[in-house]
Amino acid sequence: MLHVRHLSGPHFGPIDLRLAPRELLCLYGPSGVGKSQLMRALADLDPHEGEVLLADVPQQAVRPTEWRRQVAYLPAESGWWAPRAGQHFAMPPSPEALAALGLTPDILEREVEGLSTGERQRLGLLRMLEQRPRVLLLDEPSANLDPESTLLMEACIRRYLDETQAAAIWVSHDPAQRGRIADRSIELKARGVA
Amino acid sequence: MNLIELTASDLGLAAGLVLLLGILISLNGLGLTRSLYVSTVRMTVQLLLVGLVLEALFSADHPFWVGGMGVVMLLLAGWEVMARQQRRIRGGAGYLIGVAAMALPAFTLTLMALVVIIKVHPWYTPQYAIPLLGMILGNTMTGIGLGLNSLTRGAAAGRQAIEAQLLLGFDARRASRSLRRDSLHTALVPTINMLAVAGIVSLPGMMTGQILSGTPPLEAVKYQIMILMLIASATGMGAMLAIELGARRLFDERQRLRLDRLAQS
Repeated sequence: MLHVRHLSGPHFGPIDLRLAPRELLCLYGPSGVGKSQLMRALADLDPHEGEVLLADVPQQAVRPTEWRRQVAYLPAESGWWAPRAGQHFAMPPSPEALAALGLTPDILEREVEGLSTGERQRLGLLRMLEQRPRVLLLDEPSANLDPESTLLMEACIRRYLDETQAAAIWVSHDPAQRGRIADRSIELKARGVA
Repeated sequence: MNLIELTASDLGLAAGLVLLLGILISLNGLGLTRSLYVSTVRMTVQLLLVGLVLEALFSADHPFWVGGMGVVMLLLAGWEVMARQQRRIRGGAGYLIGVAAMALPAFTLTLMALVVIIKVHPWYTPQYAIPLLGMILGNTMTGIGLGLNSLTRGAAAGRQAIEAQLLLGFDARRASRSLRRDSLHTALVPTINMLAVAGIVSLPGMMTGQILSGTPPLEAVKYQIMILMLIASATGMGAMLAIELGARRLFDERQRLRLDRLAQS
């Protein structure tokens, strides 16, 4: 579904990749090897060389706003532009969706400043899923979660892939986590890919 | 009524005050004396030179020279805008944005003031054209410098928040909306404050000068009101234009935030 050909940026690549519907690909490798740069290029957030196709449609043929809704990138630290958490959603997420990640609806009324990193990561994920993306690019989404919430997030993302036939690339440094969730794992090495 | 002319020894007395201040500062070991003296000498030389240029300009009384002076002032102001940025936009684009945003409102409004409001004959009469343009350009320059500085610094500091919006599929205009609004605010607050305190806390310089040279106070006040309105309009329009052009330069055709187009601080 997602097809990457000779993708490269200033600090990574060239990289070739194929993702099938419902596939969850784990990516790991030392810091500074360009995992985030790769994801930024996939979301077309940085200038890059090479080709990315979603269902055979090239990235550059799709309006960037539309592309980023479909190939959605969740950075390790999400940005927030309004004071309260709920203001970042077009439609407030349902209590069930919040509960699936171990959150309660009152979090939407809270100030973003006062939220923990883990709470922000989970809200960032919900905010992204609201766009119904077809490819999820997840940059260590559970890095700041306790073990219980980590499992909840893993289940939530797996359920989303199954329901929508979406695919995901998940950066994870935890071998145990990769063992739980990955359909396939790739180690990113300096300038190249296994 | 005529102006009492100042002699060289009159200016010498004033210079003695600065000299005295410098001595007082250095006696207290505060170490600003040197820059105080250098700046005072610079100011004196610059103003004498401008005086000579204006004398020549007034006697030539030709649209070509008046226009030429306007262009020189504009280019110098453009350089000054760049010098005031902590993270200016790289390359010719940065300079051009500042110059274009200043030139358009400053020249248009000066011309309008000369032709439509004051109705000077001929329109390029240097005695009117040069001071008007100088005051409008100077203030527009300050506003644009503040606005662009706020824009580029805000983009670098607010990168996460801007990119978060781009990542959700918002376009560059929406993602930069609060940045553009804050920058315009920064650019215009000094001008608005200046309007609010004019005549109360400060007596504007032009009015004071006209009164000194014998103009009836109420006539001087009317001129001052006109010039402050021109300044406010030109500064606002120039800042809006600069922020608009600058914000476009911050994003590329794929709606990416391009901080690599800013110089390092």
